[in-house]
Amino acid sequence: MAFDYDKYIRPGKLPHIWCPGCGHGIVMKGLIRAIDAVGLEKNNTAIVSGIGCASRLPGYMDCCTLHTAHGRAAAFATGVKMARPEMNVILVGGDGDGTAIGGNHFIHACRRNIDMTYIIMNNNIYGMTGGQFSPCTPTGAKASTTPYGNPDPAFDVAKLAIGAGATFVARGTAYHATQIDKLIVEAIQHKGFSVVEILDDCPTTYGRRNKFRSVIEMMNRLKEVAVPVKAAEKMTPEQLEGKILTGVLHKVEKPEYTAEYAKVIERAQAAK
Amino acid sequence: MAKKVAFMQGNEAAAQGALYAGCKFFAGYPITPSTEVAEVMSGELPKVGGKFIQMEDEIGAMAAVIGAALTGKKVLTATSGPGLSLKQESIGYACITEVPCVIINVMRGGPSTGMPTGPSQSDVMCAKWGTHGDHPAICLVPASVQELFEETVRAFNLAEKYRTPVMVMPDEIVGHMRERIVFPEPGELEVINRTQPTVPPEQYKPYDTQFGDVPPLAAFGSGYRFHVTGLNKMADGFPTTKAAIVQAEEERQVRKVEANRADIMKWEEYLVDDAEVVVVAFGSTSRSARFAVNEARKQGIKAGLFRLITFWPFPEERLLEISKKVKAFITPEMNLGMCTGVVKGCIEGNAPVHGIFRVDGEPINPNEILSKMKEVK
Repeated sequence: MAFDYDKYIRPGKLPHIWCPGCGHGIVMKGLIRAIDAVGLEKNNTAIVSGIGCASRLPGYMDCCTLHTAHGRAAAFATGVKMARPEMNVILVGGDGDGTAIGGNHFIHACRRNIDMTYIIMNNNIYGMTGGQFSPCTPTGAKASTTPYGNPDPAFDVAKLAIGAGATFVARGTAYHATQIDKLIVEAIQHKGFSVVEILDDCPTTYGRRNKFRSVIEMMNRLKEVAVPVKAAEKMTPEQLEGKILTGVLHKVEKPEYTAEYAKVIERAQAAK
Repeated sequence: MAKKVAFMQGNEAAAQGALYAGCKFFAGYPITPSTEVAEVMSGELPKVGGKFIQMEDEIGAMAAVIGAALTGKKVLTATSGPGLSLKQESIGYACITEVPCVIINVMRGGPSTGMPTGPSQSDVMCAKWGTHGDHPAICLVPASVQELFEETVRAFNLAEKYRTPVMVMPDEIVGHMRERIVFPEPGELEVINRTQPTVPPEQYKPYDTQFGDVPPLAAFGSGYRFHVTGLNKMADGFPTTKAAIVQAEEERQVRKVEANRADIMKWEEYLVDDAEVVVVAFGSTSRSARFAVNEARKQGIKAGLFRLITFWPFPEERLLEISKKVKAFITPEMNLGMCTGVVKGCIEGNAPVHGIFRVDGEPINPNEILSKMKEVK
């Protein structure tokens, strides 16, 4: 039987705002399958976002949904999770929202290791505002504000998350649709701050400026650059040149923030 | 039983007031001269099962309290000038999403880093106009440690009652002074909690005006699923650009406060009835003003004090009434004329308004006010 996405979609809120060929819908479907697989209760699940195309995702989901200010999803979500730790808190957003204006909240959510899952849809561009370069736009690429090519180096979102202390970091792509839910399932089940970067495509504002003649070409690029971590172990540095590792990149156990704060409460009440 | 009495600092009293009101969540960021509020909350909240978090920045602190408020908690953050500037983004978010929260802003010199340890009263305009767009504003300006406690309780009540952010703005002197405080017993001061929905979850809309201008606010995790966005929204919380809805919603958000000015506004009139010279003052400056009024009376000058306790909404109607029978107003304030301008704006030119402005980090002393009274009487 076909999977019933309607169970998690708010009645009357589709169609979504995303352009034809955009990968965000693929990610949303992956997220829905993951929520279903883990068995999260809609009443007890908050989906929090910032601003941008990807950040419109919560509105379509029949959960407790919070569409916040640009870059602030992690900070709002931290308030939700701290105040009600029994809730499942999932953050979604794009690369500009999460790594530029929201960079500080992102790294500190990683550092605290607070039990939330952050799905970051990296399409290398600010799509909603018309295609300005983001911290994840490749050097040399064209954007509406880099007419002579992007002089900036790009972030590696996964490495940034690992460096900042996230205890689960995975990467998938919009091409590898069936892998997305598997990664998100593992991320949700992980106790601590989990980051799932999904390499995504923006045909409208990135593709057309960077010589991608079709969505299929953009999807094929995702297929070609992705190398599963296991496969990468057997490859030479030369073979890995220009490739991007996918799969679970990092997984460690560390004290989780709300559990640690529960101990603070115990200590405070014991001393009372 | 004798009431609990203490010798306490203003900022500490503000924190105690928040706890009295039932605050269960604090997010903050260290900033002089407000830090004691965070320090007390970090110690006291876990004792009552509440949560304290020191965020990565002021922006994050404001965002976190709104997130926590949406789970049904009463929330507080504390800051000072530069932090208030940073918080404005999410204060606007709380205005349009109609999420109750309390912000204690202990006023120091500005703009920018200004004078971190010097007193000031220069954030009162920021309280009303700091965040962009039209929005309601409630700003309380207590003048004593006791009043800072009580007004903090009232700030929570107003936030809950009107589903809007409320600012409590002691100047640095009030925040840092220590004086006697008599703690109200539990139940002695009114404590208001936000209205909960009575409709079943499938019928719930977070901005359903069939319940009036302040619709009930459900909590995330309580069985009610709804959407919250900073975009202009419809009754069900989803974004809209429909002109009639946007216009009506913006007007309703402001009307929540404007139509309830009488309930929100609070001031004290001291010897105003027969006064020829009325000092309009607030915060620590009003204490100097009271001293000056008493001295003036001894010297035969008919002086009075109009002490603002609520700065926003501003008691325009009452000042207009008073202006019809006085010779002059004196407006001492630790800024370059913010309150003075508002007074001038509401008295229709009925009397001259003489400002006394200090932005040098020094308090305005009673002699300065007394000299001005003699000059203008």
